[in-house]
Amino acid sequence: MPSDPIQTAALAVERYGNHLSSLLAILRQLQQSHHYVPRPAMEKVAERLAVPLAEVEAVTEFYSFLHSFPQGRYEIYFSNCIIDDLQGRETLQRRLCERLKMAVGTTRADGLVSVAETSCTGLCDQGPAILVNGHAIGSLTGEKIDRIADLIEQQICVEDWPAKWFRIEDRFERRDLLLTAAWQSGKALKSALRRGPEYVLEALSDSGLRGRGGAGFPTAKKWRFCREAAGEHYIVCNADEGEPGTFKDRVLLRHHADQLLEGMTLAAFVTDARRGFIYLRAEYAFLRAELEAAMRQRRRQGLLGRNICGLMDFHFDIEIVMGAGAYICGEESALLDSIEGRRGQPRNRPPYPVTAGLWGQPTVVNNVESFIAASLIVLNGGAWFAGVGTEKSKGTKLLSIGGDCRWPGIYEVPFGMTVTEIMILCGAGETLGVQVGGPSGTFIGPGEYDRRIAFEDLGTGGSFMVFGKERDMLEIVRNFTDFFAHESCGFCTPCRVGTSILVHLLDKLRNGWGTAGDILELERLGRVVRQGSHCGLGHTAANPLLDTLERFPDRYQAPLQEIDFSPGFDLDGELETARRLTDRFSAADHLTQE
Amino acid sequence: MPHFTLDGRTIPFEPGQTLMEAAMAAGVYIPHLCYHPDFEPHGSCKLCSVEVNGRICSACTFPAAENQEVISASEEVRHLRLRLTQMLFVEGNHLCPSCEASGSCELQATGYYLGMTDGHFSHFFPRREIDASHPEVLLDRDRCIFCALCVRASRDEGKNVFALSGRGIHTRLVVNSPSGKLGDTDLEATDRAAHICPVGAILVRGTAFRAPIGERKYDHRTIAQVALEEERPLVGRQHGQAED
Repeated sequence: MPSDPIQTAALAVERYGNHLSSLLAILRQLQQSHHYVPRPAMEKVAERLAVPLAEVEAVTEFYSFLHSFPQGRYEIYFSNCIIDDLQGRETLQRRLCERLKMAVGTTRADGLVSVAETSCTGLCDQGPAILVNGHAIGSLTGEKIDRIADLIEQQICVEDWPAKWFRIEDRFERRDLLLTAAWQSGKALKSALRRGPEYVLEALSDSGLRGRGGAGFPTAKKWRFCREAAGEHYIVCNADEGEPGTFKDRVLLRHHADQLLEGMTLAAFVTDARRGFIYLRAEYAFLRAELEAAMRQRRRQGLLGRNICGLMDFHFDIEIVMGAGAYICGEESALLDSIEGRRGQPRNRPPYPVTAGLWGQPTVVNNVESFIAASLIVLNGGAWFAGVGTEKSKGTKLLSIGGDCRWPGIYEVPFGMTVTEIMILCGAGETLGVQVGGPSGTFIGPGEYDRRIAFEDLGTGGSFMVFGKERDMLEIVRNFTDFFAHESCGFCTPCRVGTSILVHLLDKLRNGWGTAGDILELERLGRVVRQGSHCGLGHTAANPLLDTLERFPDRYQAPLQEIDFSPGFDLDGELETARRLTDRFSAADHLTQE
Repeated sequence: MPHFTLDGRTIPFEPGQTLMEAAMAAGVYIPHLCYHPDFEPHGSCKLCSVEVNGRICSACTFPAAENQEVISASEEVRHLRLRLTQMLFVEGNHLCPSCEASGSCELQATGYYLGMTDGHFSHFFPRREIDASHPEVLLDRDRCIFCALCVRASRDEGKNVFALSGRGIHTRLVVNSPSGKLGDTDLEATDRAAHICPVGAILVRGTAFRAPIGERKYDHRTIAQVALEEERPLVGRQHGQAED
């Protein structure tokens, strides 16, 4: 690997191409080689791609795993998803930092190691988890942490760490329609080619399949709209599974990649697209090689690439685009901007991606699970799928269950199953509540466990987090709200500023300084953020707060001060810097706050 | 001509117009900070939030259509705008009494227009860098509200001097030069980008406090009056083709 950043930049441009859509890959390469993106390298990239230097800087600073300042040669990120937290993340993180004699969120002075936090890494079923130079390690214990510290001090290559640490377990705890269906590579595609695009659209329409990402838009309609829109068509698979507590795409990408690729190819056949993209989140880099192998296999079988199934005019191929640590890129229009090499900021809508997606052209964007379901529907017919589920939610849903239950893992359940039934399946005991659909979903308490998983009741992208009855609800809500504040792209005022104020107010409450006025403020501000925000992130950022305020008012009332107002800061704490500067630490140098 | 209703009033529009453009053309002011008729709409400040058939939308980007019932003057919408304005004030460091943009500042004038009497939220007191490297233009990031008007203006001029970097509450205005300093860019004081800032973040040197109190832009006219007088005639021209 060249040690000169400018040379790395030049080589990366050569490797990935000198156009804007290579920018993210080039920056990832720089980060990997130099543990940051040095300014001279940015200049080189800007020059070669003919984009302003400030834009290269802006893209670099947008993504969590890219840095304009040096990180350690060992870049460590602890997953701070609430499930990892409940499994003891903070203690382990402190232990590692103590062993390495450094502070969290810093790079050690000798440049050897940096330790920081990141949002959910999708390993909640085997937390607490970390990423080390992009490699995921789950099921951390105190001893493992100590050994990691030793390996770092001895400067042992991450590749030479114990191989079993990097083994990611996939636990299928319940299989249904999708996971038990017989599969033969290319069969659905060949049947589609025989019967034509209308057959595919009708099968999808009969099946009632709705997008599995969370929003639930009918898949048949989406493909049809795209087919009917004029222009160059693209197919995009959203594999940026960032909703905390979700990991079903992680296991689908590994065990059902062929069905996914076939689903994308079917979409390409229907819409006459030639290029497809899988936008894979950076945290899942370990899946990349397997996915590429699956793609090669299909190319060999004539199911991907040029002249698919021997047809003269059917060419379609897929590229993997790696994300770089930004939850917002799971929002489809932000994802498209990210593929194009920009900051992942949600676009103004209308127009929607089906008519104006990648490079302004008609684009199908679907979730991993949706494409897999589509390929099985084409194989088995719409009725096969529509026979399961509820009236408005056909088929099954994959749930990633984590938290306080005996058997965390993947559960495929028919739509319409009640929360109680699911709780029995996963072995949950007495609970405080369940977060269905991740932080952007719904928090419900035991009184509502007869509710059903379905678009018409509890919608979900697949996250299902169980909280035992001893858990601190304010800690959970604070974690979720902080997640949104951290992942806000910063584009619009209510989300950028509002989410941060919500975190401040929740901290005030948790510090025991809260008053009745603060509760009122939280509620009002939560509504402002929900109403005024630009995209789904902001619209849902206050959900955990508003849901729990409504269902658990007592949990908010308990820690309150019995006055109308109390300031949100610690007067004595504010004097700490002054005391340090003047070297005065006597009792008289402290203030008491009434 | 097709039309929609805005607070009960009939507003005609030409197909392709946004709610903001149609309202402005009809002489109705909708508060805004990141919108300017000369530039491609951004939709980020959200001051122009209106209720369209029951949903909140940004008037500056949302296309006008038949049968739309738009509400801009309700108490709910006013409260939303007030809170957003207060957020912008506490997010940065806005010391109006000593700011040379005071009296000519759109953020401040919007605050007056919405009846804002306090910051309401706790101040963030962020640490932001001042860039005084340019001989003619000063960049005081304390006052930046991330409207991206300078970014758009400079892009339209083909210079690309500014960009928004960072993410979330750490968003920051950066400058396009190897040193990251304004003095090393080709920005000139005569550029539109040096004058478009709605607050006092980008200031042309040597002009401070020229206009005495009482003769500043918003001393006698509200921001609504100024916008309708100065921006309304511009509505309908193609973006990026300002003559000045």
